[in-house]
Amino acid sequence: MLGPLDYLLWFAGPIAMLVGLVCLIARHQLLKYLAIASYLFTASLATFGQYLVIHHYGLTSHQYFYYYYYSESLFTILLFFVVIQFYQELFVEMKAATYIRRGAVCLLAATAGFSYLVVHANRDHLTSRFVVELGQNLYFLGVVLTYLLWFSILKLHESRTRLVQLVLALGVYFSATAAAYALRNLFPSLQGPVLHWIPPLASVWLPIAWAFTFLKIPDEARLVTGRLLARAR
Amino acid sequence: MIIAALIFVISLSLLLQFFVSYCRSVIGPNCNERVSEQVWEIAGGNNRKLRSDEFNRFVQLVRLCPSRGQDESDIRVVSLYYRLLNSARLVARFISPAFARWTESEREKCSHFAAVVLDRRINYSRELLIHQAPDAV
Repeated sequence: MLGPLDYLLWFAGPIAMLVGLVCLIARHQLLKYLAIASYLFTASLATFGQYLVIHHYGLTSHQYFYYYYYSESLFTILLFFVVIQFYQELFVEMKAATYIRRGAVCLLAATAGFSYLVVHANRDHLTSRFVVELGQNLYFLGVVLTYLLWFSILKLHESRTRLVQLVLALGVYFSATAAAYALRNLFPSLQGPVLHWIPPLASVWLPIAWAFTFLKIPDEARLVTGRLLARAR
Repeated sequence: MIIAALIFVISLSLLLQFFVSYCRSVIGPNCNERVSEQVWEIAGGNNRKLRSDEFNRFVQLVRLCPSRGQDESDIRVVSLYYRLLNSARLVARFISPAFARWTESEREKCSHFAAVVLDRRINYSRELLIHQAPDAV
């Protein structure tokens, strides 16, 4: 049974995504950040779709279970395209776009294959475990890709504030969700009281953080990325 | 099981790093801004140095001033960061003095951020007052 807070978070996600999309359009950045726009649009539609699936089949139905986890996997793949776009933006002067695309597709295929192999040993509950395992691994791949991107930003002394904030917001989203999935795999009993809040909260965080970056940070804003590292002196 | 535990530990540590860096990118542009005389008067100190525990007081004052609506999200993010630093400070003294110094310097930056925001809000209030009742100023 869903409570009022569940409904609030549930609707806050797609609304925040639509707000993010409007901000992109208002700042004339739609074509530049087409991958972000695709993600925001698809994810908001799919979240409204969740409501329809629950309405027809119920919250505890298999249909909702698979719809939820497979749409999550789809969102993650869309977010990989966002990461690829950030890589391309970062390495634009090196003309490395083709290599980045090939590398990302190989990584994605390897992760799906790895997830399948991990679950292959547990055939008795293959499909239900597979979607959770795949979600965890896809999000973790997102964490790794975003961290490598962040590392490259620091190494190349990239100073575009907007790019830095977009990447860091994505890093927070990926790592929070991957940690929640992993914890759920470790302690399934925590899913009900604690962990089920984290993915929807992260889904609200990402579009809001992006929207404010587009609204507040002008394209020409610069910062010293070295200062962003947490170093104890 | 081991893979899930590994993913959890790595993701949690990177979450902290991403979040700290994100907060620093929000605070960063304000770090170079100077705090005006009016805020120093409110701060009450005479050594021109903001204390790390003044953040909450400045945020309370910020809430009293009218807003252009541009910095609300920043204040929320930095408030969350400040609370995180407060929690880290409790354990920092048992971990290492360098870590304790770092949390203290970060808290000072949060206070500086709040002071800069307060400064902007006071200026905005004055602008509003001039605009609405030019004779009153």
